[in-house]
Amino acid sequence: MKKLINDPADVVVEALRGMAAAHSDRLRVDLENRVVYRAEKIRPGKVGLVSGGGSGHEPMHGGLVGVGMLDAACAGEVFTSPVPDQMMAATKEVDGGAGVLHIVKNYTGDVMNFEMAAELAAADAGTEVQSVVVDDDVAVQDSLYTAGRRGVGTTVLLEKIVGAAAEEGRSLADCAALATKVNEGGRSMGMALTSCTVPAAGKPTFELAEDEMEMGVGIHGEPGRKRVPLAPAKEVAEMLLEPILSDLDFTGDSGAIVMLNGMGGTPLLELYLMFDEVAQILEKSGVTIARNLVGNYITSLEMAGCSVTVLRADDDLIGLWDAPVNTPGLRWGV
Amino acid sequence: MANLASFTAWIADYAEVVNDQADYLTDLDRAIGDADHGSNMKRGMAKAAELAGAEEFASIDVYLKKVGMTLVSNVGGASGPLYGTFFLRMAGALADVEEAGAAEVGAGLRAGVEGILARGKAEAGDKTMYDAWAPALEAFDSAAGSGSDLAGALGAAAEAAATGRDATQELIARKGRASYLGERSRGHLDPGATSSTMLLESAARTLT
Repeated sequence: MKKLINDPADVVVEALRGMAAAHSDRLRVDLENRVVYRAEKIRPGKVGLVSGGGSGHEPMHGGLVGVGMLDAACAGEVFTSPVPDQMMAATKEVDGGAGVLHIVKNYTGDVMNFEMAAELAAADAGTEVQSVVVDDDVAVQDSLYTAGRRGVGTTVLLEKIVGAAAEEGRSLADCAALATKVNEGGRSMGMALTSCTVPAAGKPTFELAEDEMEMGVGIHGEPGRKRVPLAPAKEVAEMLLEPILSDLDFTGDSGAIVMLNGMGGTPLLELYLMFDEVAQILEKSGVTIARNLVGNYITSLEMAGCSVTVLRADDDLIGLWDAPVNTPGLRWGV
Repeated sequence: MANLASFTAWIADYAEVVNDQADYLTDLDRAIGDADHGSNMKRGMAKAAELAGAEEFASIDVYLKKVGMTLVSNVGGASGPLYGTFFLRMAGALADVEEAGAAEVGAGLRAGVEGILARGKAEAGDKTMYDAWAPALEAFDSAAGSGSDLAGALGAAAEAAATGRDATQELIARKGRASYLGERSRGHLDPGATSSTMLLESAARTLT
């Protein structure tokens, strides 16, 4: 393992300390509870948005805290869900009287810990909490025999869109309904060229030969569909989009918001090249790209590879997408 | 009969086992999960084991409750809520018990496992920790029913858990992160069933 770390056990807290130092104008970090907050207190009457998950997916979630997006993000150990204490602390802190929405990705650990936190926050402080569980990964067969689809790229788009809605003053029920709509209209698929190494584990999570790639990989390196021979970008784009486009119709008038996301170890040169391929396929399929995002937003440490997220848009979603946002990871209109 | 000291010995013993076996548990998890089971359990159990030296506990159930909360607060992942709930429910079943024999520990284990089921919604054969717990409970009850003392019943439970753990090797995961692998999850032991078996083996050594 070759990483810029001190002790594997201290990686998360030291990174949070660095984040606090780097963004002291916009963020404050509770190192004890490992929660990233906006620098300013929540505006009374605004719905609080809390997300979180394992660390190692930066900028998600801590880097997506700020005006127009999240109010708080709980950082778990690397690839491990945070614990209920963290979510409880965050939930109480960002309850501005209008309730709190938990944005949870569909992983067994995240779902259980957020569930416990919501139960405890309601019992403890009477905070009204609603939750949305994001499950947009078409690589996973959604059936009674799995834990359901994983939550991946749509999470980023959802946090932006619902963040804008909360900023606008929409109610908890409206924010929750909007979050559900975004989740239902978003689909993602990822692929990996290399594995990543979890600092505490010290060795790669999986082995991939030089001439192999993993299609349908999750954001923790968990495999999805199959391992196949390495192929040109054009074919990779087809393999990523085929399951997305066959799962949901994105050809509506308002088109789609499309994210081409890097997994952490792939240069922008390749991501732009991939976006070109993706855009061509979408155009041929009759899908208009209304808005796009290209870059590293939901990563898996240093894993090389990318994922595509396509979100069915309408005018409301596009208006919320365009609204100002000021976070370390996403910033426009300010 | 197990008293408060036996229960603190149990937690101490299990913390040591998990510490020694952390890499092994993480390796099992690397194969079908996300490579953190050993490090998470090690971190949580180390905290739980510190409790006994740091404060006085009035009774078994107060102690187990604190152990459960400590695991919920420190383990993370799915294991935190599952093991945490196990000890919280076990504490509930052992309220007002000063000396636990086979009947009381059996009731405690059953309540704990019901908590795991409520939290995890798993069924037998899903390739989860429940595949170690289900046969263990059955073996415990059967041994206790035919007159075994606590140590005997726990020994039988630990053996049955190990058999259940080994049987997870050939199962296809239907819960948790391993479920995403489908057929490819076959051929690997379930990490949760493995750490659960270790917990019962620790119990057999200490709850006497």
